[in-house]
Amino acid sequence: MALDKNQIAKRIARELQDGYYVNLGIGIPTLVANHIPPGINVTLQSENGILGMGQFPVEGEEDADLINAGKQTVTLLPGSAIFDSATSFAMIRAQKVNLTVLGAMEVADNGDIASWKIPGKMVKGMGGAMDLVASAQNIIVCMMHTNKAGESKLLKKCSLPLTGVGCVKRIITDLGMFEVAKDGFKLTERAPGVSVEEIKAKTEGRLVVESEVPEMVF
Amino acid sequence: MNKQVKDADAALDGLKDGMTLMVGGFGLCGIPENLITALVRKGVKGLTCISNNAGVDDFGLGLLLKKRQIKTMIASYVGENAEFERQLLSGELEVQLTPQGTLAERCRAGGAGIPAFFTPAGYGTEVAEGKETRAFDGKMYVMERWLRADFSLVKAWKGDTNGNLVYRRTARNFNPMMAMAGNITIAEVEHLVEPGEIDPDHVHTPGIFVHRIFQGKDYEKRIEQRTVRQRV
Repeated sequence: MALDKNQIAKRIARELQDGYYVNLGIGIPTLVANHIPPGINVTLQSENGILGMGQFPVEGEEDADLINAGKQTVTLLPGSAIFDSATSFAMIRAQKVNLTVLGAMEVADNGDIASWKIPGKMVKGMGGAMDLVASAQNIIVCMMHTNKAGESKLLKKCSLPLTGVGCVKRIITDLGMFEVAKDGFKLTERAPGVSVEEIKAKTEGRLVVESEVPEMVF
Repeated sequence: MNKQVKDADAALDGLKDGMTLMVGGFGLCGIPENLITALVRKGVKGLTCISNNAGVDDFGLGLLLKKRQIKTMIASYVGENAEFERQLLSGELEVQLTPQGTLAERCRAGGAGIPAFFTPAGYGTEVAEGKETRAFDGKMYVMERWLRADFSLVKAWKGDTNGNLVYRRTARNFNPMMAMAGNITIAEVEHLVEPGEIDPDHVHTPGIFVHRIFQGKDYEKRIEQRTVRQRV
């Protein structure tokens, strides 16, 4: 069975290490915050100017002056800090943020990522994604393996305008987990019950499968 | 020096068609609501607006878009505004999309007297097209130019009549850099106080960057994505 969004988030959360500063993008990445393993302390960075972001507020305690990068109302944890946008991207560019998790429309087997524009159709803008992918020490992309038309989003070459070049280190889709290796997407784990053959069939980019590929356990 | 002006309309004195404006805020958080509605009343046209976002259809900079007052928009993310997307795809509006960190730094550079800088953001993408690129210590960077504005419109939580500003929570965002980069910077505040009432250690934007300040009114402070959790 392919993973659902929460399982994808849960699998990513296992990559968190104690003491990490983490930037979570909009969508599935935001869900990672719900699955942080016990005993692991991470500090969430929101690029609009928060370190130490907490949960959503309880009803009646929403504060219009306190939102995350997805414009959602949030709260602050004890010991949090607020800063301006230039300072926020200073800590991102200077690689103080240990891990960035973000979504994508396409990823290529050389680590290129496309996530911000469909020419002639959709122009929302890149927001902070270009700054994040150009500088992050470690980038995990999470997305569905195929688009709505059933076409692979793991490609030899991105067809859409790029967000960054050669920057993606790891990808988690509903079908499996992949490392961007020299010779292509290296399959490191499969979603429970998903075969290597199915993943091969749905991956347009070069896929590297070495020996047995373990299933994820939830 | 007392920089207080009566209201938003008085603050916009001298703002003309075709000028370049910086407008603070992230989404609808920390936007100068009073100044935006005064711009709509004033009816100035052909504006270049530098702002992280373009508001929503009926609030924030969306109000200026609806009246076709903006000719060029420099922003990082404009996804919440259908009218914006329509004007862009039909070619009525010129848009320069800029990575968010680059936008913040371009404003900061403009306010700090630094005409250009190198950043890794956008290298190898269409954002870098036509720009100088250079390797430093083995990594590639793109040269980006400063941004400056004829008028910068910012919103702070508290300010004194000397122009010293204090922001609240994430309503700070782009406001401090934009305040620095305006030829004329106007601050609207929720609480206007006398000099001495703000602890000097707590000032976020020193008054030297602010030329006009007024007490805002009728703040709506609309929330774009109201998200809550269950009370347990």
